[in-house]
Amino acid sequence: MIKVKEVLKKNTMLIALVVVTIIFAISTNGILLVPGNVTNLISQNGYVVVLAVGMLMCILTGGNIDLSVGSVVALVGALAGKLIVTKGLNIWLSIALCLIAGILIGVWQGFWIAYIRIPAFIVTLAGMLLWRGVALIILDGLTISPFPENYLNLFNSYIPDVFNGTSLNITCILIGVVISLIYIIIQSMSYINKTKKGYQTEKLYIIILKAVLICSIIITLSITLARHKGIPMTLVIIGVIVIVYAYITSKTVAGRHLYAVGGNEKAAKLSGINTNKVLFMSYVNMAFLSAIAALMCVARFNSAAPTAGTNYEMDAIGSCYIGGASAYGGAGSVPGVVIGAVFMGILNNGMSIRGIDSNVQKAIKGLVLLAAIAFDVISKYRAKNA
Amino acid sequence: MAKLLLEMKKITKTFPGVKALDNVNLQVEEGEIHAIVGENGAGKSTLMKVLSGVHPYGSYEGKILYEEEECKFNEIRDSESKGIVIIHQELALVPYMSIGENMFLGNERGSKLSISWEETYNQASKILKTVGLNESSRTLIKDIGVGKQQLVEVAKALAKNVKLLILDEPTASLNETDSKKLLDLLLQFKKEGMTSIIISHKLNEISYVADKITILRDGATIETLDNKTDEVSEERIINGMVGRALTDRFPKREGVKIGETSLEIIDWNVDHPLYSGRKVVKNVSLHIKKGEVIGVAGLMGAGRTELALSIFGKSYGTNIKGKLLIHGEEIKLNNVKQAIDKKIAYITEDRKGDGLILSNPIRINTTLAKMDKVSERGVIDMDQEVLAAKEYKNKLNIKATSVEQDVDNLSGGNQQKVLLSKWMFTDPDIMILDEPTRGIDVGAKYEIYCIINDLVAQGKSIILLSSELPEVIGMCDRIYIMNEGQMVGEVMKKDATQEYIMGQILKSGKGV
Repeated sequence: MIKVKEVLKKNTMLIALVVVTIIFAISTNGILLVPGNVTNLISQNGYVVVLAVGMLMCILTGGNIDLSVGSVVALVGALAGKLIVTKGLNIWLSIALCLIAGILIGVWQGFWIAYIRIPAFIVTLAGMLLWRGVALIILDGLTISPFPENYLNLFNSYIPDVFNGTSLNITCILIGVVISLIYIIIQSMSYINKTKKGYQTEKLYIIILKAVLICSIIITLSITLARHKGIPMTLVIIGVIVIVYAYITSKTVAGRHLYAVGGNEKAAKLSGINTNKVLFMSYVNMAFLSAIAALMCVARFNSAAPTAGTNYEMDAIGSCYIGGASAYGGAGSVPGVVIGAVFMGILNNGMSIRGIDSNVQKAIKGLVLLAAIAFDVISKYRAKNA
Repeated sequence: MAKLLLEMKKITKTFPGVKALDNVNLQVEEGEIHAIVGENGAGKSTLMKVLSGVHPYGSYEGKILYEEEECKFNEIRDSESKGIVIIHQELALVPYMSIGENMFLGNERGSKLSISWEETYNQASKILKTVGLNESSRTLIKDIGVGKQQLVEVAKALAKNVKLLILDEPTASLNETDSKKLLDLLLQFKKEGMTSIIISHKLNEISYVADKITILRDGATIETLDNKTDEVSEERIINGMVGRALTDRFPKREGVKIGETSLEIIDWNVDHPLYSGRKVVKNVSLHIKKGEVIGVAGLMGAGRTELALSIFGKSYGTNIKGKLLIHGEEIKLNNVKQAIDKKIAYITEDRKGDGLILSNPIRINTTLAKMDKVSERGVIDMDQEVLAAKEYKNKLNIKATSVEQDVDNLSGGNQQKVLLSKWMFTDPDIMILDEPTRGIDVGAKYEIYCIINDLVAQGKSIILLSSELPEVIGMCDRIYIMNEGQMVGEVMKKDATQEYIMGQILKSGKGV
């Protein structure tokens, strides 16, 4: 019984996500989980996941947030529009230039934050105004569209079905099965390896239970997507980003340093960690991911608008905190943030399907954000005092 | 015999795992200055926290009688309303507020919705005169020195109509002149009928001001001496405080061969990081050999920590000058990473603030300073990491459920051991231990001394920075004496006595 309680406590947000999904699935008469809508959910919220992963790195370093994210999205989007549509430059070259622009913005902000030690809140607040202004200057206040087909296809297309299935995309299902198999192989290899070396492992039934749960989610998702048009490119992009950053944060020295700086900067410094560099890199990374998000967004809207990206920083920050990141830094995980982003996405999408007035939606979102975090904080507080 | 103002009867206070106070009795007469002495961790501060209501009624056992009635304080406010005011060791002043504002903080003049600044500053100025502080009550706290800030604390207490003033090591951060001034002020208050309790380590100060002296050891009262009638000598107080011959407290170290010089610094100078030109460390030279434990003794603010940090990859100060030789070779260490690579470890005095990541488990804290030992090309081998953490947990006998336990939940002694394992994990040759036994109980202290002995037996060099003289004398082969940023003496273990070391410090202080 105690075990069950512990598992519940550790996964409060995951449970909340499942509950919200079920509520909306029922109240929308199942429309929420229709294949077409699931695909829609992914392409609508892809940018949030990308931004939230970057934001997590900033929050980890000590609860700092990057407010300039939305404006950077607008600026890089404007640059993409100018290069690809107006100048007609090669799309690969344009994409490279846009990503470099993102990195340069990050270098600028990171320099003031990490080396001059101006609080991140202030530097990125200034950035929020500055980059929005530059975006407006580049676009001259106008919207650029449409983007060429070959650019849009990069982001908006689906992985083609090599088997030409009629109602089902067979490649999509195959990929789901392959990913599940890879997961199972990695897990069992590490289990065998550990037992061979005599290291402690988790109980076998827990590992199997986890594997069954994760594989069934992957396969259900792949079948759902197969019934529509297959795997959207957006999912591929966010999948790669999530896996790479989950790996960095949990398995590498660089990731460990990120947590250490957030947990106790002085101790980190006296342990030989270059804390300035860690701080600097997390803001460079944030701007880089903002540039990727910008490229995704211009493709989805098929236009580069000066007002693009408004309030995107709030979506990213919200996802991080809902996903269990600590407002003081040093705690949080990439999988948690993905859960947070999906939670926000389902909330938005579910309310839209039900036709709730958009003003009311905003108010509800605010309340849900507070409730989710209060729930988390209180349950942890109880656990500590138990 | 004068009337008793305060009587604390059979006070017992337990923290999880530690009995901080065990049947402590304290009687304070009206109009006297009562000193409480004891080693670090003897329970002095805890006793005062019980008295002032920081530890509320019900969290301890025993009775407090004040002005002949029983008191049940739930918070500091309750004890202050009775005229019991405590001045803590760490000053509790807001730097960007004026003296007057600080004095009446939480006790504002005028009505709740409209503070009367005129009354505030007028009253503040009057009280400042009585404590002999020649500053405007509108001066900001950050603009006055520590000595004057201490006087502001006293003035703040007076503003609360204090009857019983408690000072917790009031002179710890003051220089000789400021200390004398403060003590004279206490004597003057005594003449005016005020009662005070003073907690101090400085025996000469106590014999100067105190009427009675209560000695605490390991959470229990040993005896109360009367300065007038009893034969009060420093030996008697020290014996009471320490309770046993000095030799038992420190494990014997035998057969350790002292080898070649491992680290040497020559003419080391460090400036204050903010005020360049103000020297914090002046022309310091020292050396240490393999298998040797050297001590650096000195009062708070002597510059020991600053010296250590400046050696440890320039982690403190600016304009660092001097030669640093490791194994006879002159080198420069520009950052902590280089210092760790040259096998130097600095174990901080502030384990919670600067040493450990409290929210992280033992495992992560253990490996943090030398991640390359458990990683390959930047990827961590978690299994190897767990093994390493377990190895040190067993070696140092760290009491925790597993290496995945957050260090937050460990006792002070065990946290200190985690900090030690973190630095032992870096395989250092030279370890600088800064107050390694501060705030931990006697048993854990002994264990840490044993660890130190094991380390030197492996040929490592240990530099022990400590303000506890018995510890320095008991553990070190050789002792440097530091005061006001300078080395003022060096003494071998066999010649070292507390009196000699204190004497050297005081002598050097007077010359300045």
